[in-house]
Formats: sequence, C-alpha cells, structure tokens
Amino acid sequence: MSELIKPENLVYQKSKVLTDKVMHYCPGCGHGAAHKMLAEAIDELGIQNETIGVAPVGCSVLAYYYFDLDMTEAAHGRATAVATGIKRVMPDKYVFTYQGDGDLAAIGTGETIHTCNRGENILIVFINNGIYGMTGGQMAPTTLEGMKSSTSPFGRDIKTMGNPLKLTEIVAQLKGTYYVTRQSVHTPGNARRTKRVLKKALEYQKLNKGTCFVEIVSNCPSNWKMSPVEANKWMEENMFPFYPLGDIKVPEQ
Amino acid sequence: MKELKLMKGNEALAEAAIRAGSDAYFGYPITPQSEVIEYLMAHNPYERTGMVVLQAESEVASINMVYGAAGCGKRVLTTSSSPGISLMQEGISYIAGAELPCVVANVVRGGPGLGTIQPSQSDYFQAVKGGGHGDYKLITLAPATVQETVDYVKLAFELAFKYRNPVMILTDGIIGQMMEKVELFEQQPRLTEQFDWATKGKVSGKDHVIITSLQLQSEEQEKVNLRLQAKYREVEKNEVRYVTHHCDEEIDYMIVAFGSCARIAQKAMEEARKQGIKIGLFRPQSLYPYPYDAINKMAGKLKGILTVEMNAGQMLEDVKLAVNGKTKVEFYGRFGGMIPSPNEILNAIKTKLIGEK
Repeated sequence: MSELIKPENLVYQKSKVLTDKVMHYCPGCGHGAAHKMLAEAIDELGIQNETIGVAPVGCSVLAYYYFDLDMTEAAHGRATAVATGIKRVMPDKYVFTYQGDGDLAAIGTGETIHTCNRGENILIVFINNGIYGMTGGQMAPTTLEGMKSSTSPFGRDIKTMGNPLKLTEIVAQLKGTYYVTRQSVHTPGNARRTKRVLKKALEYQKLNKGTCFVEIVSNCPSNWKMSPVEANKWMEENMFPFYPLGDIKVPEQ
Repeated sequence: MKELKLMKGNEALAEAAIRAGSDAYFGYPITPQSEVIEYLMAHNPYERTGMVVLQAESEVASINMVYGAAGCGKRVLTTSSSPGISLMQEGISYIAGAELPCVVANVVRGGPGLGTIQPSQSDYFQAVKGGGHGDYKLITLAPATVQETVDYVKLAFELAFKYRNPVMILTDGIIGQMMEKVELFEQQPRLTEQFDWATKGKVSGKDHVIITSLQLQSEEQEKVNLRLQAKYREVEKNEVRYVTHHCDEEIDYMIVAFGSCARIAQKAMEEARKQGIKIGLFRPQSLYPYPYDAINKMAGKLKGILTVEMNAGQMLEDVKLAVNGKTKVEFYGRFGGMIPSPNEILNAIKTKLIGEK
C-alpha cells in the first residue's frame, strides 16, 4: 500500500483552497460539491491570495471555515452589499458572494437587484434548493408550487403563498449583469461544467464589465425528507423543468 | 495650512471626511443630512484623494457596504438621520460584534416614526444604550458647533481604529443645517497600513482572515462578550470628554446639556448669572463613555441640577445615575422638533431649581 502513496502516483487531491475542517453539511447535500468546484476554480486560476469571499446566513453561514480564503460573514441577505463595500475599496481583488435562496431571493432581494443593476464587478453564487435548510425546512421564495415544507405542510398554495421566484431571470434583464447562468453539481459532468462556468465568471471580473451571476440548482435531502439519490432524482424531475439549466445571458461577442 | 471658512454643518462634515483621509463613504439621502452626500458627490473626492463615494439603495445597504469595506481595514463612514439610523442598527451591531472600525454620523431629527425633519436629540438612548441587538457600545461624540463636528470626524476615526469599534457622531438638524465659521484641518493621507485582521486576500503562510460576529458555541460567544466588555472598560477609562463653564467657581446650581442644546443653555446660564444666580454649565462631549465621575464630584456641592435636552428626558437618566441622590435633578425639554429658548430655560432654572412660583 505504501508503495502506492507516492507523489508521482497522485491523480487527484483536495484543492488547497479548501481547509481540512470537516464540513457540517448533511450527507448528499449539494453544498459540498459546489464548495469544491468553486475552490478548484479559484485554485486553477491561481488567485487564492487575491480573492475575498462573503458568506451568507443559511446553511453555508460557516463557508468561511471551509474556504482557505479571506472571508467576511454578512448579515442575512446583505452579502452583495457587503461585497460591494469590499470591491469598491479593493477593486483589484476577486470578490464573490455565496448565498442560498432565502438569503439572496427573499430577505436580500433588494440588495441582489441593486448590486446587479449597478453592475458591481463581483461573482454571485446562488444556491437554489427551494427550501430554508438551516432553520429546518421552511418555505423559500423558490419553493415550487405544491412543494411541501414546514411552513407549507400541505404544499405551496400559489393563491395564498405566492409564486416561486425566478430571480436569476430577473437579474439577467438588468444592464449591469454580464454573465448569468444556471447550473447544477449533482453529477460529475454537471459539476465539471459548473467549475468551468465559475472559472469563466471569475475571469470576467478583470474585464470590469459587470456582475456575473451563477445559480446552482441544488438539493436538500434532509428537509425534502428523501435519500440523497431520491433527492437528486426529484430535483431532476421537478426543479429542472421550472429552473432549466443553461446560460441565460452570455457576454456579447 | 489651516483654512477658515463659513460652512454649513453637513458640508463641513463631508469636507472633514475627505480631509481625514477616508477611503469610502456609503450613504442614502435623508433630511436633514442630505448635504453630506451632495457635497461629496460635487467635490470629487476620488480625484482629490481616491476616496470612493457611493449612493446606496437604502440605509440597510449603506451600513453593510460600510461593514464590508471596514473589514478590509479601510477608513469608512456613513451618515444619516434618525429613521435611517434605525434601519442601520442591525449592521451597526454586526460591525460592533465583528470589532471593525467605522464612523456613523446621525444628524438627528424628531421622532418617533417618520416624525419630523426638524432638529431633536431624541436618539440619545439609541446611540448610547444600544440601538441594535446584543451587548455592545458605540463610542458616541456630541458636537455643539460646526467646528466640533469637523474635529470629531478626525477624532472619531482615531478612536474607531484605536479600539476597533464603531464611533457615532451624534449631532442634530441645527448643527447640520447651520452655517458657522470653521477652521479645517489639513488633508490627511489615506491609510496604507495592511492590518492583520483585515480581509485583503489570503497572505501565504498565514491563517486566512475571517470577519464574523458568529460563535455557535455559547462558551466562545461569552468569551467574545468578555473581550468586548474589557475593551469598553478601557474606553470608559480613557475617552471621557466634557467641558464646563463656571463649574470651578462657587456655584449653587448647574445645568447639564449636550450638543446644540448646550449652546442655548449657555445663553440661559449667562442671563441667570447676570441676575445673580450662581450657576454653571456642564457639557458632556462624549455621551459614551459618559462623564459620570465628573458630574458626581460636582453634585456634592450643588443645591440642584437642571438637565436640558431636546427630548423627553433621556440623558436625564445618566445624570441621575451620576448624581446618585447627592442632589436634586430636574429636567426641562422640548421635543418633536421644537427648540427651547434661553428664556424658557431661565424660567425652568427659577421655577424648577430655585423653587420660585
């Protein structure tokens, strides 16, 4: 065995942009893969020392423990305002936010829209799993029609609870956004594509052409009350038809 | 070279912010302080010093932009007036919790609610007793003149970085809107220091920097609170500021007042002294830390103290704490945007302190 563990035999290793801290995420949760893709993108671009991240409130509130990057923890919903403050005084740095649907599309809607509208040269990573994970499975702005949550126990009723919000399509309409796309990390192929997308979005920051917005449609096995495999299947069958994957706004050639 | 100018309080505050070497201002218009951001936008601070000025979409966004930029170890400020400052309280609590330096100026107007756009001192409690959630303190400076407003911008940044704590300049619509002669200090350089605690991109070989106010373990959060409390004790030991008028003479009575209200009270005191009343004036310049000891020492030799405020009696509670029963403490206040006249205060001295009918 020791014969095998040699540097020359190494085919894959954890990105150095991730710390050794054990993640608190539930088994099968998409955050782990999303963190990994973002970390690898930063690593491959060689910008670990030039990147400042902003963590949200939600399941990824402790993201700053997992990324070996200088990071700031924002108040609930305020990540893009915090990132604006950072980018405006540190314009040469790569700045990103990492936010869930409650943080970005409910309490932080105002900040999200105005940050994108100003065209702040930052990357917004938006994890959409249609539910509040950290507080225990309450309805999110992105919860699908009929989808059960602890505050919509009989399913989301559009008449009384409103419609699921496609904030990504909204920000794509704003002149300030440069690149808007929707991806997933639930298969190796999708995860690799997401990494390419994140690399591109980070590189675009140097062009100073506006906000890059990457939605990652993800799962929540614990609060969806499904096994990881069931959750991914449910996501494909229910989330993807409403939140279709692919580029929504690409830079003009 | 120092310059003497005739300036409006809000504009002088803005000019002082540029000259103090600020890196950024984030704000949102609200009466009676909108001249601050108007002045900054009109006077090209970016060309002058590289200072960034941004009009945010709300006070909530403004204070969070301040939080982000302050975490980078930059000199950052925002200004607003009462309802806007209420909106900022969450962010101020985070800044205090994460121990970041910043300056917030509140050009106070009457409340509660939308209230009025006229001057008031009714945000005293909000400034010195909390405002946002959690056990934290804002170092609070109360200027009484346009000159002090200018000087306190510089002082506020010094204190903010010395203690890594938000500092509030608690002024009001009188000082903000009034034009006065002011001597401006020379342009200070912007910060070049790279602080260990600031987010600037991970330094190889060192731990990554985390700016947060979150500790999920209560034992750890208690340690944070104990550290904050130890810092506040230092602030209380070192940063008490006040001025007195005639208080070192033989006096029977004393007025305690802060900010613009103290200037009106000074006029009343002068008139009372002309009429033979032995009275002095005590003006706290720092509202947190409060000059409890100095007032307590005075109290023993006095027949009574009159607290005068443009509110319903807020600093009054601190005066009573300071006096601790040594002498009687009376109050006179106008509120809702009304300003007391020297005659009204003189009348209060006679009826409430001396007991004339």
